[in-house]
Amino acid sequence: MAKDKFTTLESTCVPIPLENIDTDQIIPARFLSATTREGFGDNLFRDWRFDKSGNKNNDFVLNNPGFSGQVLVAGKNFGCGSSREHAVWAITGYGFRAVVSSFFADIFRNNSLNNGLLPVVVSEEFLRNLLSQINSNPLTKVMINLEKQTFTITDTGETVTFEIDPYKKECLMKGLDDIDYLLSIRDMITAYEFRNTLRR
Amino acid sequence: MEPKTLFDKIWDSHVVKSIERGPDVLYIDQHFIHEVTSPQAFEGLRQRGITVFRPGKTLATADHNIPTKDQHLKIRDELSRKQVEQLEENCRAAGIEYFGINHPRNGIVHVVGPELGYTLPGMTIVCGDSHTSTHGAFGTIAFGIGTSEVEMVLASQCIIQPKPKKMRITVNGQLQRGVTSKDLILYLISRLSTGGATGHFVEYCGSAIESLSMEGRMTICNMSIEMGARGGLIAPDYTTFEYINRIPSVANRPDFKLMLLRWRNLKSDEGAHFDRDVVFDAEEISPMITFGTNPGMGMSIDGTIPGQDQNQEGTSSYLKALDYMGFSPGTKILGHPVDYVFLGSCTNGRIEDLRAFALFVEGRKKAPGVTAIIVPGSKKVEKQAINEGIDRILRESGFELRQPGCSSCLAMNDDKIPAGKYAVSTSNRNFEGRQGPGSRTLLASPLTAAAAAITGRITDPRELLKD
Repeated sequence: MAKDKFTTLESTCVPIPLENIDTDQIIPARFLSATTREGFGDNLFRDWRFDKSGNKNNDFVLNNPGFSGQVLVAGKNFGCGSSREHAVWAITGYGFRAVVSSFFADIFRNNSLNNGLLPVVVSEEFLRNLLSQINSNPLTKVMINLEKQTFTITDTGETVTFEIDPYKKECLMKGLDDIDYLLSIRDMITAYEFRNTLRR
Repeated sequence: MEPKTLFDKIWDSHVVKSIERGPDVLYIDQHFIHEVTSPQAFEGLRQRGITVFRPGKTLATADHNIPTKDQHLKIRDELSRKQVEQLEENCRAAGIEYFGINHPRNGIVHVVGPELGYTLPGMTIVCGDSHTSTHGAFGTIAFGIGTSEVEMVLASQCIIQPKPKKMRITVNGQLQRGVTSKDLILYLISRLSTGGATGHFVEYCGSAIESLSMEGRMTICNMSIEMGARGGLIAPDYTTFEYINRIPSVANRPDFKLMLLRWRNLKSDEGAHFDRDVVFDAEEISPMITFGTNPGMGMSIDGTIPGQDQNQEGTSSYLKALDYMGFSPGTKILGHPVDYVFLGSCTNGRIEDLRAFALFVEGRKKAPGVTAIIVPGSKKVEKQAINEGIDRILRESGFELRQPGCSSCLAMNDDKIPAGKYAVSTSNRNFEGRQGPGSRTLLASPLTAAAAAITGRITDPRELLKD
């Protein structure tokens, strides 16, 4: 099935300068009972966004109208903990298309790539610099070019490159889907099973 | 031939195809599913108009959101009930074996797989659950995946996956009395930090690991994910073969002797390359407890909460965590009052954990202010606990044995810890709100949980050990 393509993205950013943000914070377990992929954006960071009575917590960045955009910037080890893909559905459902951090938890990174959400890994130093620029000027824009694998702070022109698996890059750029690929090699999989039966 | 790690041997023999400059297509021997992370995968298959490729290689169990009381009644929460019904229907339609609520084989997916012989050495195993790493205790490559990947496995029995790096953690010496495998893994995570093994697959070895029972090894491998590791495994040995030999459905297979012979080769070769190699000494480990909001924020139970200059977190994250927990740097938590105790989960919900807890509380009484939630990991564990009289001991000491499920570990059901309350939990995560909005979790071993349940305070279990 064709998916949305990712080529370039220019946007302002939403900063959450905390480390080890786990997927329980991104989407708490009590919201995992749905059987579709829709609607999780409403509960993104639910317990940081709202207090016990359901009132907005004005200190949290998503409730600060000064910050907006399609790029989420967060501290290291973003997306650790539970494998719930619902965390990615919540982030994309809210409207983000890329997340920037100095490293991502493995399962979260895979889940992101499988849903067209681009995880951009930058150095800790660059991340600190980026967060401080966003904080002092919430209108700071960044430009992501997937083909060139570059991440640029538009105002200052500071550019860094980021790594991405070439296969996953192609999938994102062309909107390709892993399952279509796997279905196309089912014969090869069956042959593997046959060889394996002989070997075991 | 170049020496290979155990991880390489299993991985390489399961590669159907290597994508040029990209990930591998990895064949999956055993796939587990549960109600929470599978519905969207089945929906995806329906939208594509395809069916499950190898239904015989997937096993389903309902565990995450089910109640642990009155399981014979209909699930009251409508969304949870629908999710379980959806799983049952998806399995029926696809011809997938399903252990639903009340089924004699029902239980937490990572307890059921090993105890029933679905998990065997040398396999590749995945499940839409990060604690799938548990199965690595048998010398398997087992790891958690997302729902898109669950759909891949249902569609093709394969997954597209980059090969992780390899890390070896050696623990020499022997654990001291009153120190358990849970303390060992909490110690390792506190030393390596919550993201310290990201990108790596861990092999655990050394005399302290070899001395552990299969239950103890499962506790270790289970929490590999809590240091960011893709998974963790332990080479199978006599302990492993003994455990499997007690599972009739496997031991009675005509090719069992052949399987045993093959499993004996499942170990890392002398001189095999690991990208990272770390060594620890078991004798240095005390009973552990966490004081923060990730499993890396742990310390010796008699320790002092470190100052922000001594911790591995960023300052704002660290202070936020302590503020959430109501703790301050430089203080001890020994003696701190406890409101709840949770024994259970895929980390510590096995028969050995129930035995250790029961032996500890036998002849003693639960502290009046403590609410205890004691949940067996599976129907089989529950039955065994009853056969061994563990339920009677628990009752006489003021505890009650619940019915199996994930329960308070992630509190999708009614087993929630109220806001602001302190819970000593044998589960795996102390994240903010993990056990219910506002709940404060202190991760510890079953012995430390038992000591807290008896005294109503954080207590060093070594002080109350019986001869």
